[in-house]
Amino acid sequence: MNFEYYLWKLTDLIAGPFIHTQVPRDGWTGLILHVIFMAIVVVIILAFLALDAFFLIWLERKISARIQNRLGPMVSGPRWLAKFSMWTGGIFQTLWDTLKLMLKEDIINRRADRLGFMLAPFICMAATFMAFLVIPFGKGLVAQDLNIGVLYLVAIGSFAVIAILTAGWSSGSKYSLLGGLRSAAQIISYEVPMIFGILGPVMIVGSLSLVDIVEAQKNTWFFVPQILAFLVYFISATAEINRTPFDLPEAESELVAGFVTEYTGMRFAMFFLAEFTNMFIISAIAVSLFFGGWMLPFGLEFPKVIQLGNFVIPYIDILLGAVVFFIKAYFFVIVLMWFRWTYPRVRVDHLLGLGWKVLLPVGFLNMLLTGIWMMIKPRGG
Amino acid sequence: MVAGALFFAWLMRPSKPDPIKLDVYECGEETVGPSQVQFNIKFYLAAILFVVFDVEALFLLPWAVAFKDLGIRAFIEMILFILILFVGLAYAWRKGILKWA
Repeated sequence: MNFEYYLWKLTDLIAGPFIHTQVPRDGWTGLILHVIFMAIVVVIILAFLALDAFFLIWLERKISARIQNRLGPMVSGPRWLAKFSMWTGGIFQTLWDTLKLMLKEDIINRRADRLGFMLAPFICMAATFMAFLVIPFGKGLVAQDLNIGVLYLVAIGSFAVIAILTAGWSSGSKYSLLGGLRSAAQIISYEVPMIFGILGPVMIVGSLSLVDIVEAQKNTWFFVPQILAFLVYFISATAEINRTPFDLPEAESELVAGFVTEYTGMRFAMFFLAEFTNMFIISAIAVSLFFGGWMLPFGLEFPKVIQLGNFVIPYIDILLGAVVFFIKAYFFVIVLMWFRWTYPRVRVDHLLGLGWKVLLPVGFLNMLLTGIWMMIKPRGG
Repeated sequence: MVAGALFFAWLMRPSKPDPIKLDVYECGEETVGPSQVQFNIKFYLAAILFVVFDVEALFLLPWAVAFKDLGIRAFIEMILFILILFVGLAYAWRKGILKWA
C-alpha cells in the first residue's frame, strides 16, 4: 500500500475531469500541485462532514416528528419549501441551532478539572473524524487504503471511551461521573462482540483492508452468509455509539444527559455533532463489510463512461458507485433513527447481560460456522 | 474547522461568570459532598472481563486474516483457546458478576 500512489490517484481523480493535461509527478511543480490538491481534498472532506452532521440532526428531528405524528422544525428555511411538504420544511434549523450554541457562554464550573474538561470534546471529535480515513466511498475514493483498516477502525472507536470517561470525571458533577462510568462499561462490553461480528467477513476475505473486503463482495454481499455476524455487529455498534435503546450514558430523564450535563455552548455542540457523525460511520462500516460498499447487487456494474453526443463523461462508474454507497449508508442511518423512536431504553443489567451472555456466544458461534463452512467448501469462492 | 468554530465562538459569546452559575448542577439544590463519589465495584469487574476478551480479540484478527492458509489444525487450536476463555466467562457468570442488582 504505497502512500504516494494513492495520493496521486486521488488527486488525479479530482483534477482529472477539469484539467486535461498530465499532472507532473516530480520536481517542485509536482510537489506544489500535490499540496494544493491535498488541501482541496481535506476541505472537501471536512465540508462534507459538517454538512452531513447538520443534515442528519435535521433528519432525525423530522423522522421523530413523523413517528410521533408531529411536523417537526418548519420555520427556519425558505417558506415555499415548507409549504411544499413537511419533509422540506425547516432545512436551516440545525445551522441556526449551531450558531446559537456558538453564541452561548462557555461555562466551566468551579469543581471541574479544567484541562480534562476542555480536552474531552476535542478527543471525541478528532476520533470521529479520524475514522473517515479508511472508509471507501467508491472505487478508489478512499483517503488511505490501510492494510489494517478494520483494526484501525476498532482502535479509533475505542477513543470514544477515553473522551467520555474524561468528560465524566473532570466535569466534577455526580451525574456526569455516573454517566461516564456507565458509558465506559457499556462501550467496552460491546466492543468484544463487535469484533466478533467483524471477524466473519475478515475470515472469508483474508484481509483487514476495507477496499479488499468490498471488492470481494462482487457477486454475493456478505450479509447473506454472515447474517448472524451482521446482526451482532449492528446491535453492538448501536451500543458503542450510545444510541437508544442503549443510551444509558446520556439518559436525559434520570442522569440529566450524563457526561454532557456540565457542558455548554460549542463544547456541547461538538459532542452532539460527533454522535451524529458516528452514526454515519457505523452505517458506512456496515455497508462496507456486509452490503457490498459501492457495488450493485448480483455483480451488476456501471458503465465506465457515458457518451452524450460529443461529450464524454468520464469516471461515471466511480461517481455512481459513491451514490450507491451513500444510499445504502443513509438507509442504515434511518434504521438507527427508527430504533431510537421505537424502543424504550434498556436497563443496565439487561444491557450487560445481552452483551456478554447473548451477543458474545452468538458471535463465537458465527465464527465457528464460518470456519467449518470455509473448511468444507472448495477453494476459490 | 473545529478550531475556527471555537475561535468565532470565543469572539462572539458573552462571558459573565458569577458564583451560582459556576456551581455544579444538582437540580437547583446546593451540592452535597464531593463530586467524585465512590462507585460500584461492578464497573471494575466488567473492565477486567473486557481486558481478557479484548486481548483475545486482538489475537483473533491476525488469525482470521491468515485463516485460509493455516488449515484445520489452527482452526481447532483457536476453538480450544476460545473455549478456555469461555470457561472463564462461565465462571464469572456463575459468580454473578454479570448480574447487576
